Amino acid sequence: MSTHTLSVLVENSPGVLARIASLFARRGYNIDSLAVGPTEDPNVSRMTIVVNVEGHALSQVIQQTDKLINVLSIIELDPIASVQRELLLVKVRTTPETRSQVLETVQLFRAKVVDVAQDAVTIEATGNSEKIQALLRVLEPYGIKELVQSGLVAMERGLKPGKSHTPDHD
Amino acid sequence: MSAQVTGAQALVDSLEAAGVEVMFGIPGGAILPAYDPIFDSSIRHILVRHEQGAGHAATGYAQASGRVGVCIATSGPGATNLVTPLADAQMDSVPIVAITGQVASAAIGTDAFQEADIRGITMPVTKHNFLITDPREIARAIAEAFHIAGTGRPGAVLVDIAKDALTKMTDFDWPASISLPGYNPIMDPTVESIRDAASLIAESKSPVLYIGGGMIKSNASAELMKLAELTGAPVVTTLMALGSFPDSHPQHLGMPGMHGTVAAVTALQKADLLITLGARFDDRVTGKLSSFAPNAKVIHADIDPAEIGKNRIVDVALIGDLKATINALLPELKKKFESSKPDLTEWWSLCNGWRTKYPLGFDEPTDGSLSPQYVIQRLGQIAGPDAIYVAGVGQHQMWSSQFVNYEKPRTWINSGGLGTMGFAVPAAMGAKVGAPDTVVWAIDGDGCFQMTNQELVTCALNNIPIKVAIINNESLGMVRQWQTLFYNERYSNTDLHSKRIPDFAKLAEAMGCVGLRCESKEDVDRVINEAMAINDRPVVVDFSVHRDAMVWPMVAAGTSNDDIVIAKSMAPIWDSQEL
Repeated sequence: MSTHTLSVLVENSPGVLARIASLFARRGYNIDSLAVGPTEDPNVSRMTIVVNVEGHALSQVIQQTDKLINVLSIIELDPIASVQRELLLVKVRTTPETRSQVLETVQLFRAKVVDVAQDAVTIEATGNSEKIQALLRVLEPYGIKELVQSGLVAMERGLKPGKSHTPDHD
Repeated sequence: MSAQVTGAQALVDSLEAAGVEVMFGIPGGAILPAYDPIFDSSIRHILVRHEQGAGHAATGYAQASGRVGVCIATSGPGATNLVTPLADAQMDSVPIVAITGQVASAAIGTDAFQEADIRGITMPVTKHNFLITDPREIARAIAEAFHIAGTGRPGAVLVDIAKDALTKMTDFDWPASISLPGYNPIMDPTVESIRDAASLIAESKSPVLYIGGGMIKSNASAELMKLAELTGAPVVTTLMALGSFPDSHPQHLGMPGMHGTVAAVTALQKADLLITLGARFDDRVTGKLSSFAPNAKVIHADIDPAEIGKNRIVDVALIGDLKATINALLPELKKKFESSKPDLTEWWSLCNGWRTKYPLGFDEPTDGSLSPQYVIQRLGQIAGPDAIYVAGVGQHQMWSSQFVNYEKPRTWINSGGLGTMGFAVPAAMGAKVGAPDTVVWAIDGDGCFQMTNQELVTCALNNIPIKVAIINNESLGMVRQWQTLFYNERYSNTDLHSKRIPDFAKLAEAMGCVGLRCESKEDVDRVINEAMAINDRPVVVDFSVHRDAMVWPMVAAGTSNDDIVIAKSMAPIWDSQEL
């Protein structure tokens, strides 16, 4: 099994998410994460779906999804030729002794503090999965009180697929 | 600007604009507004006795006529009763459109009276579906529904319309064109794929043309004949493809699969190339997938790209309509064959060997009771290849596939993928409406018949004179056969005791049909001829048959096609060179 990132353009009509979810459930495809939101065209939404399947099954996932009438296009994003980001909000336990260490970690990861309480700080971070996981590993010893994470969103680099890669600052 | 009409009128105008000539349905609260304009419409509405009957009738109509079948029901239970026929049609790629009423839009989501989320319920069993709450969207949705159902890989489409959308006023505006940016069926395979396919065929020494139901959907039988005769290859037609290639043709080896002929099953197993046209490597054909056709390269032609590689990895994919595919393949092959045409003599001597050694057959019961296979065989011979045969699901279905000769497409209608018991009577009703000048025989089991026979009332009252042969073995025969073979003859709940309860002949008479009975071999021809002579009413013949008859050959579920059994504990004896 390996993970693949699918970028799916769908018509912005009621029930589209249910159709995708129903298809994945009934055909037994594992979704690692799913993110959906508007695009530059108000009639079109983009879904970024991370699936965990065997190589051969991937083309089935793509073909079966593409068969849905409301699906306009579906492509697999190459991790190198695309920008992939997750958003993390994490509430970390702090004491007067540990607070400065936590804040230093926030700096190192180019994350930011979005809320401060007596005994905790809430940190917002964006990045690819590896960065988010690395940040969590560093924060874990301080005590994670609460955590929420978005699904992966991703986009092809450049104006056209395979053209003019822009630098990735992560 | 056109005059304002109700949403209901817009619905009926849309159905007329879509070319609908007949629909099968039952009114109810939420769909009631639509039934008022239906009263004045040119469309024939056939009032069925159960919504399931409406759905299967639409399927039978579609399969017999090649047009899109239409059924209509109310919200809640009316709509949920359509779920089985929708799933059935979708599995067998039959184009039908179901119209359902929905509770008023303000009540949706409140658990209102007769509310069911039929769009959500049918998402997994339809090609597409719609929920319409705005009367201005009705015409477009109907146009799109018919387009989606009838093009590409055909399927079932449901249009659910809220009651207030039917009662509000709107402009009727039939769309001049259809724009579905996410739906673009590919009709023509690429030039490269055609060239690759022709190369594989020109190299093959033991090819088989493996034909599926897509051949009938694509109306490509004439093209298939040309391809078969050009290649000289053996042809096998699946349960969904019977009639797409004449049974009488010398290249036809029969049906492959669980109850296929030894020749068809074995030819697939031993082939070096499968030329797969509109078939989908269903488990009932392949047996244990990992041991299916182990030495064969695969050419797979299908209009649905998602079928390619779903069950079997292919060497060449031909994505497109079969008629266009074969028409593109023929000249390419002719060119290839000019330089070298493989000699299939050796392959044919093997195939003919299997065919002569293991023909389809059956033993007459020793106690003098009636053999079900004999009844079906005589029925096929007397009614002939021009009649349409519609089966339910089970032993009688398999015997009908084996012992009736099909010479033309659209003369064999059955529930292949979903295996819906109770399919035959309502589907035969629909087939007769779609082909009114053709003799339509439903060949049904006593179990199946008791699920949907109420539609004979519909047939009797609407001048739809179908003929029904009940192959009455007083049991759920196919399940009983599995109990005989795999459950030590422990017949748990398969005995229907239907020798006289119900009395099928009396039941038929009560429903306005002619009821006949046949219990001995001597009477078979006479009773069939008597039924053939009745054309003003439906006829039901109760054939009391031997209950221990079994369907052979058989590949037990989940086992390899190499382990085909021709009778209980009897495997074919292979020559050593064949293994």
